[in-house]
Amino acid sequence: MKELILVIVSAALVNNIILSQFQGLCPFLGVSKKTDTATGMGVAVIFVITLASLVTSLIYKFVLVPMDLTYLQTIAFILVIAALVQFVEMFLKKSMPSLYQALGVFLPLITTNCAVLGAALTNVQKGYGILLSIFNGIGTAVGFTIAIVLLASIRESIEDNDIPNNFKGSPIVLITSGLMAIAFMGFAGLI
Amino acid sequence: MNKCTERLYNGIIKENPTFVLMLGMCPTLATTTTAINGLGMGLTTTAVLIFSNIIISSLRKIIPDRVRIPAYIVIVASLVTIVQLLLKAFIPSLDKSLGIFIPLIVVNCIILGRAEAYAAKNGPLESAFDGIGMGLGFTVGLTAIAVFREILGAGAVFGFEFIPEDFRISIFGLAPGAFFVLAGLTALQNKFKMPCATNKSAPESVLACGGNCMTCTGSACMANHATLETRRLQAQEDALAAKKAALAEQQKELSAKLDKKEN
Repeated sequence: MKELILVIVSAALVNNIILSQFQGLCPFLGVSKKTDTATGMGVAVIFVITLASLVTSLIYKFVLVPMDLTYLQTIAFILVIAALVQFVEMFLKKSMPSLYQALGVFLPLITTNCAVLGAALTNVQKGYGILLSIFNGIGTAVGFTIAIVLLASIRESIEDNDIPNNFKGSPIVLITSGLMAIAFMGFAGLI
Repeated sequence: MNKCTERLYNGIIKENPTFVLMLGMCPTLATTTTAINGLGMGLTTTAVLIFSNIIISSLRKIIPDRVRIPAYIVIVASLVTIVQLLLKAFIPSLDKSLGIFIPLIVVNCIILGRAEAYAAKNGPLESAFDGIGMGLGFTVGLTAIAVFREILGAGAVFGFEFIPEDFRISIFGLAPGAFFVLAGLTALQNKFKMPCATNKSAPESVLACGGNCMTCTGSACMANHATLETRRLQAQEDALAAKKAALAEQQKELSAKLDKKEN
């Protein structure tokens, strides 16, 4: 139990996927203009990364390792993730229209997001089993959501501020993320 | 200008993926801690990009239109695996310092973007030069940012230290420094009104996604594929209709002339 909590905390805060690992930056900068879209994106990411961590770790353990094909992990993972996202989208459309309404826009956007593939590859690299992989996936995705929702709230509240002309637009967003990254470095002592 | 040299110029200067198009932000921020890492990442991406462009452009008439994105992904993923194994065997230190960002080249939008925008429409030779140009542009961008960060953060260039330890700002070597350097860069581009995707003055890109990484969510080419496809078909139809109209016009004129003659 203690190990599971450690994995989640480490993935969500200490090694935050965006602010210290630099994966999934494009949605972080692109979809963080409004808090509610950022939340939607975050929930969709939690959903997909958790599912992808489960499926890729199953495939790694029961297909790639027994057949001695571990060097094919990159190809296998990206194809599985792409197929999985398509499948989830079809499934949600058919059986849970309300959830599809909420997440639908974001699902196809995540397919080749490096955070998803990154989480799957990290699980393998760190030698996590299936349960630990799922928890690491949840932690990673929660970290993503925390970061993107925080950035979106900050961006909403500095919208009317007096920003130097040259820093309007993406420079101020990057500086904000830099300051957030400094704040997140403070979590390093947590574990 | 020769078409091949034009491709090189386009990739390195006019549509530089790092400074102008702002593509591939994740590796740009993550692997520029030292100059050698930036250079290594740039060259690795270049190698993958050249070969993926060559293969995709030679197979462009065989791959069916509907499944082309998955086909591209398989080709790119195989190349990345090959490069990763080669790096592990011959330059293990680089493999270790770049870590997870080597397999993540698969989802780098520069590679799929070039495949979709250029290699799928042009011959292998031009596509190869397009890959070299774009790859070198990416390498130059990464190396420049990395040198800047290494000088500020570690007081060194390519590992040769020349600034005493008391004058180093170690934050520039860490994660937040990457954001600050990029913020400074984009602010300078705003100030001097340089062409750049972030201030919407980049040259009109032929990339399927519009070439703006700030609004890209990692797979715009894939998500918007259906829309882009209908738009392309619509454009084709419009062109056909215009041609037909022009033909009809010509025929009308001709018949009018004939009528005049007969009268």
